[in-house]
Amino acid sequence: MSNLNKKKIVISDRRKFISLMAQSIGLSALGGMIWSGYLQEAKASPLILRPPGALQEFDFLRACIKCGQCVEACPYDTLHLAKPGDNKPMGTPYFIPRQKPCYMCTDIPCVPACPTGALEADKVSSLKDGQKVLDIEKAKMGLAVVDEESCVAYWGIQCDACYRACPLLDEAITLEYKRNARTGKHAYLVPKVVSDICTGCGMCERACITKKAAIFVLPTALAKGDIADHYIKGWDKNDESRLDGVSSDVTTKTKRSELAPQDYLNSDKGIFDE
Amino acid sequence: MSNFFKNYRFLLLRRVSQLSILFLYFAANAYGWKILQGNLSASLLFKTIPLADPFALLQMFSAGALLASDVLIGGAIIFAFYALFAGRAFCSWICPINIITDSANYLRKILYLEGVERKIWLGKSVRFWVLGLTLILSFITGIAAFEMVSPISMLHRGIVFGMGMGVAAVTCIFLFDLFAVKNGWCGHICPLGAFYSLSAKQSLLRVKHNQPNCTLCMQCKAVCPEKQVLDIIGKKSGDIVWGECTNCGRCIEVCQDNALAFGVRNYINKNG
Repeated sequence: MSNLNKKKIVISDRRKFISLMAQSIGLSALGGMIWSGYLQEAKASPLILRPPGALQEFDFLRACIKCGQCVEACPYDTLHLAKPGDNKPMGTPYFIPRQKPCYMCTDIPCVPACPTGALEADKVSSLKDGQKVLDIEKAKMGLAVVDEESCVAYWGIQCDACYRACPLLDEAITLEYKRNARTGKHAYLVPKVVSDICTGCGMCERACITKKAAIFVLPTALAKGDIADHYIKGWDKNDESRLDGVSSDVTTKTKRSELAPQDYLNSDKGIFDE
Repeated sequence: MSNFFKNYRFLLLRRVSQLSILFLYFAANAYGWKILQGNLSASLLFKTIPLADPFALLQMFSAGALLASDVLIGGAIIFAFYALFAGRAFCSWICPINIITDSANYLRKILYLEGVERKIWLGKSVRFWVLGLTLILSFITGIAAFEMVSPISMLHRGIVFGMGMGVAAVTCIFLFDLFAVKNGWCGHICPLGAFYSLSAKQSLLRVKHNQPNCTLCMQCKAVCPEKQVLDIIGKKSGDIVWGECTNCGRCIEVCQDNALAFGVRNYINKNG
């Protein structure tokens, strides 16, 4: 009897449609959260060296289509595509210098092979007689850094393996001579990397004699600090010129500077305030 | 034996097509052949013609990438080929995952899993939601979202450049299709298939039905991985116009009554 009295609930098509959409959105939200969590983690892999001419890592990950044509173009089989499980953004090209460095081919075959522009020829080109020509010395794959504690040259042992392996000999790595005070009659010949010139090819890392390389290539962004703009080398004309046109009589107005120094030093106003 | 070839002619052709394309990619990396370089994401045919996966490009646009013209031309060529002519043929003639899911399907049949398993409901429209989600996530995270997880890419890239843990992903797809949902990956989830389903709505190459010949044996529906596309069987003659049809040709092979055949879509005479 009570069943007959109950108001009949009509589920309209519109209600069905909206419910179905809401259900799908709910499931998509859950799936999307897990998926995007994976994506964010997967692309945050800073310790990876890219082929020459690669865009900044963030843009590179956007633009690389993971086709591997750069890998096929490399005559030395230096480049690999990241496999699932390598803990690198999957399918993107990279190299491990200790295993196989970049041999800095002058025609840079990996760069023109890229169909998407993730490896950009402009980044490894220079002007020659008004024409753009590929110039591998412009490459910035990374930056070699020296662990002075495990480099035997810093012990006073003559090594210079990295210095001689460097394709930009005496430019990207220089040897600094210092007196060895421990023996009193020998010299330290320690390697110094010139960051402007180093291409990050990794020949030095490959050549290093220690068990785990004492000189190794890091992505430039990781290897370097960042001095803020307001530090200027007064002894460097170029750097000093940044001051041109900057007015020196900038006056800072604070609560204290409203009065001249002698005024506020002499007055005891505010000293005994809580 | 000749009957075997006749009954599986398209299946055999598809396997030849899938495997030979994979082999050409493999040979480009392993032996330096210059016929087809790269992989299914982007490649170079005969050292001149660029080809690219239009869905990957769509994701990259969504992620905000500025792309070079080579890959755009390549994407346009592939997109035009499927959208104008071949329909969703990528899924059954090119995609290597098709071999995996087809073998899962074959095992299902031999093991009589259909009759025993508990049905999991998974709508055929899920893939379109995954497609939408792919583009949204690409936009949010700034990286092509499906390309980062795609078992398709893992497989073809893996065969050319080394599998790594990709084996696990492909095994998962196989097990999912075998034990969980029939045609689970290709027919329900894969956003690439969804993309080609949408782009294939107007394409020319179609399976045609000749209704007077049909004896309603329903062999075609039994073998079809996207049954809903065969809605006109036994009812009226005409083209199978659904974008979801992969042009795999299995229905044509199993039809013993000459009621199905490949043909070009009839746009002019609607009654033909």
